[in-house]
Amino acid sequence: MDFGSLPCELEEIRQEVEGYARTKGLDYPDVRFVMLDFNQMNQVAAYDGFPSRYPHWRFGMECERLRKSYAWGLHRIYEMVVNTDPCYAYLLVSNLEIDQKLVMAHVYGHADFFKNNLWFAHTNRRMMDDSANHGTRIRRYIDQFGLETVETFIDRCLSLDNLIDLHSTGIRRLASRPDFGVEEDEHNTGRMPSKDYMDNYINPPAYLESMREQRKQEKIKVKNLPAHPQRDVLLFLLENARLEPWQQDILAIVREEAYYFAPQRQTKIMNEGWASYWHSHIMTRHALKEGELIDYADHHSGTMATSPGRLNPYKLGIELFRDVEDRWNRGAFGAEYEECEDLRMRAKWDRQAGLGKQKIFEVRRIYNDIGFIDEFLTPEFAQQHNLFTYRYNSRTNQYEVESRDFADIKRQLLFQLTNFGEPIIEVVEANYQNRGELYLVHHWEETDLRHDYAQATLENLFALWGRPVHIETAIQSKGTSLFSYNGHQHEQRALQKPLVR
Amino acid sequence: MSQIDQDTSRFREIVRGRIKQNLRKYMTDDRLIGRQGKDLVSIPVPQVELPHFTFGQTGRGGVGQGPGQPGDVLGQGQPQDGEGQAGDSPGQHILETDISMSELVQLLSEELHLPRIQPKGNKNIDSEVARYTDIRRVGPESLRHFKRTYREALKRQIAAGLYDPANPVIIPVREDRRYRAFETKTKPESNAVIFYMMDVSGSMGEREKRLVRMTAFWIDAWLKSNYRNVQRRYLVHDAAAAEVDEDTFYHLRQSGGTKISSALQLCRELVQLHYAPSDWNIYLFQFSDGDNFSTDNEQALELLRNHLLPVANLYCYGQVDQRHYGDTFIDALERLDALENLVMTHIPNDDAIYDVIKIFLGKGK
Repeated sequence: MDFGSLPCELEEIRQEVEGYARTKGLDYPDVRFVMLDFNQMNQVAAYDGFPSRYPHWRFGMECERLRKSYAWGLHRIYEMVVNTDPCYAYLLVSNLEIDQKLVMAHVYGHADFFKNNLWFAHTNRRMMDDSANHGTRIRRYIDQFGLETVETFIDRCLSLDNLIDLHSTGIRRLASRPDFGVEEDEHNTGRMPSKDYMDNYINPPAYLESMREQRKQEKIKVKNLPAHPQRDVLLFLLENARLEPWQQDILAIVREEAYYFAPQRQTKIMNEGWASYWHSHIMTRHALKEGELIDYADHHSGTMATSPGRLNPYKLGIELFRDVEDRWNRGAFGAEYEECEDLRMRAKWDRQAGLGKQKIFEVRRIYNDIGFIDEFLTPEFAQQHNLFTYRYNSRTNQYEVESRDFADIKRQLLFQLTNFGEPIIEVVEANYQNRGELYLVHHWEETDLRHDYAQATLENLFALWGRPVHIETAIQSKGTSLFSYNGHQHEQRALQKPLVR
Repeated sequence: MSQIDQDTSRFREIVRGRIKQNLRKYMTDDRLIGRQGKDLVSIPVPQVELPHFTFGQTGRGGVGQGPGQPGDVLGQGQPQDGEGQAGDSPGQHILETDISMSELVQLLSEELHLPRIQPKGNKNIDSEVARYTDIRRVGPESLRHFKRTYREALKRQIAAGLYDPANPVIIPVREDRRYRAFETKTKPESNAVIFYMMDVSGSMGEREKRLVRMTAFWIDAWLKSNYRNVQRRYLVHDAAAAEVDEDTFYHLRQSGGTKISSALQLCRELVQLHYAPSDWNIYLFQFSDGDNFSTDNEQALELLRNHLLPVANLYCYGQVDQRHYGDTFIDALERLDALENLVMTHIPNDDAIYDVIKIFLGKGK
């Protein structure tokens, strides 16, 4: 693909904007701006910013979708920033000059966030190169084993790519295997100490044979069991499933990319909020010229627009950051403030603390969306911004406003954000019924799995594991249930008692 | 080919596969007829998605922002099929794919293993087509071939030693100009006429007409892809026959008795007047519930045997019936000596259309 570099008038703007960003204390790697037309932009966006990613039809699907919705005027991608070092930022060539200015300020916000937010600490900043290497490897497998074979396998891995453990990224290490002291002592064959002449009597050959057999069994057991329930199902499969080397490699690629992209999903509200906070700050206080005001306001308000059924992460994020800044400037935090029940006093609270800037930089460093909402969403904020919860009403087949109660709103938001609003699933047993069958447990919390998808995913899991697979979940109307797939047929049965290990 | 094109075309291939898999369903989906543009059909494809362990819709909600009291409606949910299925948020989209008519027909023929039609040998006229494949030294300016012109000029300047690589200015003169020109080619021209004949007597209701319409949609699509020029004539009959336009054909409702021969007679007259069998491939499709005047059967068979079957490529009779009467027209037809170009079948319901098309068009005539 042919990328245009920054023309000189935009380079001037860039230097100006970067100057503001730098003096405001933003800290970012070198940012490389790349100009793309809308077609290229849709392509790059379809590849999540990595133009030389591995080949797969879903990128084609995404690109088609973007192209169509662009053509229908449903969306427009102004920019896209990639979490790499140097940081690549794609700009749409047809943006107005004022848009480019705004977008650059926004980009520096993202770049700062990528570099400093702790949840991104583990991400591979050389992903631009590595994703191209992944592409090369997968293309080689396609040449070797055929498109359909490789594609089917990728599809299967992708179908499981949400089964990762977000929190394991803080401690990157292979899950250690339990050590029962079996392997360390090859000589320990269960032989009892004895005098030479008594040996045949104390350690008869049949006994030694049975001990050897027992050890073999234990070894198999140790190898198959996850020591503790394991969230990182992909890793478990990588280490334990019987896969060809090329399959292992692909599974590892899919897993690596899943971990790479996970923090972006974990910090959507904060990341967009932070970037928006800074574009707004830089533009309105420094960079905006008089003639550009209307266009800026139009664009900014378009980005911040809310609609009843959708929570705009840009809007929620920027407002929360502003609220935090305001509260810490006023000193409206801490035990004394929390205990104050007089709403008027709380509203007027001002201790001239002036800690706002410092606080928001700290927040952008250590929180992700869950912590951000949990810690900083206040009843006042929810009320001021008209937040509510909605629910699907099956009687009318409609979505309805449910509640404006702060506790409900917060619970719902946190629920949506926990594990990206996806079910929490662990692999618990890999030798179920002593038949090498894989047993997963879904920690059911009032929400059922989508059954047809669960079955289709079980099929994919079976294809990787090679033995029957099970997932323990619950169904609202029926209680704890076990979904199974044995390679030929699906089974679903009520479970009297959950698996006890 | 760039990578995105590869991925996109692979995706389209997958969609094509999905359409093919579900062709039987689409064939009985009369919405398809409404979605037909000039040469594109818009097909709702079952979402091409990778399954995950994910939550079903039941009990799902979210947080929104804006005015409204508890109980106020935000938007329509997705229709649900079965427990815990369907979309996850208001306004989930369905993948709708545009596919060209010719591609759809291609899928149809692959799926049904339809043979290409062999037009009757001597019935092809050659027509002349102009193709701009030639280059001349004279011609109108609007057809000037810039690349060739400049290439000529470059050649001339190099030959004359006027070309300076440091300052590569090329100025064509009159002699350098080249123009596109056409060559005439003969192309086999094949014409086909389709006669749709339908019984509109009282016993043919909406349901029957819908079946006819869907069957005709696929017949049209297939024959259009096989012949360059396809004409369609629509004849309706009860006890007497008349020619109508397509719209009337599907909506006309009459009562009265049924004389199948009346339509065949009218058809014969039209063929004699307009469609010389030597120039035209003639297709006759007749739909009825089979409840013919028993005395009329003989006359109808006589018309078919002596006048229509000898000139037609194919005569297909579809009997749209659920219950079987005593002696229907299809039974009468069976008594006719099995002729190569005579095909008949029952069309009891939507699901039959797939097989009907296969039977009608599977002859390769």
